[in-house]
Amino acid sequence: MLGRDISETLQQQVRNAVGNGTPLKIEGGNSKTFLGRETHGETLDVSGHRGIVEHDPRELVLTARSGTPLKEVEAALADAGQMLAFEPPHFGDNATLGGTIACGLSGPRRPFCGSARDFVLGCKLLNGKGEILRFGGQVIKNVAGYDVSRLMVGAYGTLGVLLEISLKVLPRPAASYTLIQECTQAEAISKMSRLLSQPVPVDAACYHAGHCYVRLSGSEQAVKHAHEHLGGEVIEKSEPFWHALREHHLPFFSSAKPLYRVMVKPAEPPLEIVGEWLLDWGGAQRWLVSDEPIALIRERVAAAGGHVTQFRGSERNGEIFQPLAAPLLIIHQRLKSSFDPHEIFNRGRIYANL
Amino acid sequence: MPVSKDGLPCNRDAHEDLIRKLRELLPPEAVLTDKEDLRPFECDGLSVYRRLPLVVVLPETIAQVQAIMRLCYALQVPVVARGAGTGLSGGALPLSDGVLLSLAKFKRILHIDPENAMATLQPGVRNLAISDAAAAYGLYYAPDPSSQIACTIGGNVAENSGGVHCLKYGLTVHNILMLKVVTMEGELLTIGAETLDSPGYDLLALMAGSEGMLAVIVEVTVKLLAKPERAQVLLAAFDDVYKAGEAVGAIIAAGIIPAGLEMMDKVAIHASEDYAHAGYPRDAEAILLCELDGTNAEVSEHIMKVREILHQGGATEVRTAVNEAERQLFWKGRKSAFPAVGRISPDYYCMDGTIPRRQLPHVLRQISLWSEEYGLPVANVFHAGDGNLHPLILFDANKDGELARTEEFGQRILQLCVEVGGSITGEHGVGMEKINQMCIQFKSAELSQFHAVKSAFDPAGLLNPGKAVPTLQRCAEFGAMHVHHGKLPHAELERF
Repeated sequence: MLGRDISETLQQQVRNAVGNGTPLKIEGGNSKTFLGRETHGETLDVSGHRGIVEHDPRELVLTARSGTPLKEVEAALADAGQMLAFEPPHFGDNATLGGTIACGLSGPRRPFCGSARDFVLGCKLLNGKGEILRFGGQVIKNVAGYDVSRLMVGAYGTLGVLLEISLKVLPRPAASYTLIQECTQAEAISKMSRLLSQPVPVDAACYHAGHCYVRLSGSEQAVKHAHEHLGGEVIEKSEPFWHALREHHLPFFSSAKPLYRVMVKPAEPPLEIVGEWLLDWGGAQRWLVSDEPIALIRERVAAAGGHVTQFRGSERNGEIFQPLAAPLLIIHQRLKSSFDPHEIFNRGRIYANL
Repeated sequence: MPVSKDGLPCNRDAHEDLIRKLRELLPPEAVLTDKEDLRPFECDGLSVYRRLPLVVVLPETIAQVQAIMRLCYALQVPVVARGAGTGLSGGALPLSDGVLLSLAKFKRILHIDPENAMATLQPGVRNLAISDAAAAYGLYYAPDPSSQIACTIGGNVAENSGGVHCLKYGLTVHNILMLKVVTMEGELLTIGAETLDSPGYDLLALMAGSEGMLAVIVEVTVKLLAKPERAQVLLAAFDDVYKAGEAVGAIIAAGIIPAGLEMMDKVAIHASEDYAHAGYPRDAEAILLCELDGTNAEVSEHIMKVREILHQGGATEVRTAVNEAERQLFWKGRKSAFPAVGRISPDYYCMDGTIPRRQLPHVLRQISLWSEEYGLPVANVFHAGDGNLHPLILFDANKDGELARTEEFGQRILQLCVEVGGSITGEHGVGMEKINQMCIQFKSAELSQFHAVKSAFDPAGLLNPGKAVPTLQRCAEFGAMHVHHGKLPHAELERF
């Protein structure tokens, strides 16, 4: 197992940055730099801090250093017949575990099995005072102290440098079938929403190019029976499709127009915004490629109770993420200064004043 | 003006002023100040800690909660929020100088949305009532703490409650989408969203398990799940506790995630059998209950596999509940373990540590050695699937020094849990009860970070002060005491 602990070096770099007032830009595999707002600073390279620290398949827990390549983690789990159940997108060959957790990214299984944050059990982090702190642990149930580990998920490194992460892992399903059916977007939405209240072993559902795709996973018998119950045509070897969806390799994602991530309730009818749509997460995460102005998109989505992220192809200094209500922003700012009082980590990565 | 040691005004005039102003905000019956009216609020489910609050308020609208909070903030009066009061760590223990804010009147189910599989609830809705209301749509709310008949969803969020199905379905934090909360300053915030995630930091995760320290929960939106087609339970008997522990690991290693996986040792089996007559084998040293759920086909397949694993693991007997009545009976024995133990001993002290499952044999062996050393019997009930131990130490509070010995024994168990990589509390929370043990699990810098997190929500430190996270000074004192033979001197003193 290739591993190296450079937490002391990282700690020293953070202390120096605090001393010099130098902002730091945290970098792992550089695969997700395109996400969020642009941030400037000296690079704090975490990729050398790598290696799986512990993985006991019987405990369903894996602990690894943040710079560990995501591929390495997934390969180790696959050897034990296990997986990261939130099916994280890599967005590049060098994706690290730390970047995946810091960005809080989850793949097609998310609505049925949980998100990246749901599987985080604990972490070791370096805060903006250069202190190494541990929160959570390697056990599934733990309510001692505030859940700081999960707070780190999706914080884009603005609160601290993740050093080590413990995750709950799950066995890989014995069998998996993908069913496909031609339909309209509206039909797909109601079909996918109905799956939520049926006891069927669904672990992914999306709508793309006039077709609804439903992936069933579980024991061989369970999957077979569910197929009989739901109907639809089975696609052989569907793995590449879900992989391409997760990694944004489908042609849909290579448009020259900006790409938006639109979050709404899964059963929300099709939104009246001109553009092309791809619905993942059973309708709860909708990808939109559109030339409409962001203000209009935000307004329409907000009217449906949702929120929008400018995912790719937008101005990196603008409001990439949905702006926060004023009182919430104050709490965010206070939290930021509680972890990073000198404002050295990933300045402005999620909001201009964080 | 006389000031208490916390720097809070404690004179009669200030108290009367507060009560008068509260009466201006609320109807007369919603402000309680008579001793007999305050009595029901003096403790939560951990009744060894009792204290009367200065005043109890029972608002019924969010606007009223905001007005109360603004008033208390202006007067710098501390507030303790309370749900059903079933908590087991003293988290809802009132303050004699403070307001006890009961959410008992917030008991309406606001909306069930079957299309999106979610429900919006007032915080005082009982846990079980959610599943009852959702049943019409084939849905249910997964977390099922043992107090689910009485405990409320607001308290579940505050404690991040679990239940017997955590391994497969997660804790409260995994099953909530959105909260409306009121801060100490009276600000109404929406945390999370009806969508699967929300912009900004994951404050929803912070709120879950925050023990009423960050904000008052006034509305909760939960995720509902489709009811499994079938649930089936197996009961396996073992002549050795360690074999039972090994079997747990073997089931999981086979790629099966049971919906529930519970273990009881001989003392617990006997107590429970005398009480609930579930038909547990009395000659067993340990039993495992393994519930499998899912589709019909899947459950059948898994039952065959699990039976085989249990036999291979040395089970002396494996039974499958033949029908729903028998399934309920198997569970009844387990679910009544606490009251059953309560019958065989004048008092018991329930621990709540978690450990990595592989440490089970080691930890059980150590507990049984200490049990002999202290002369205090222990019944072990264990959420084996998720590593959550509930050793029940049997004692008699009327016997001189026995409570102190019990607490010392309990403290050693929790310390052991931390040493083997676990936690001092899996689901009951820290509250007042385990505040000293927090000093074992966390370093000063980590505790300081917790205090800073609290300050981000409650800069004045008026919400449930003194609970959940100890001051560094307290830990220094506890550490110093701790060195002296691991004994707590002055056990008679209040522990803040």
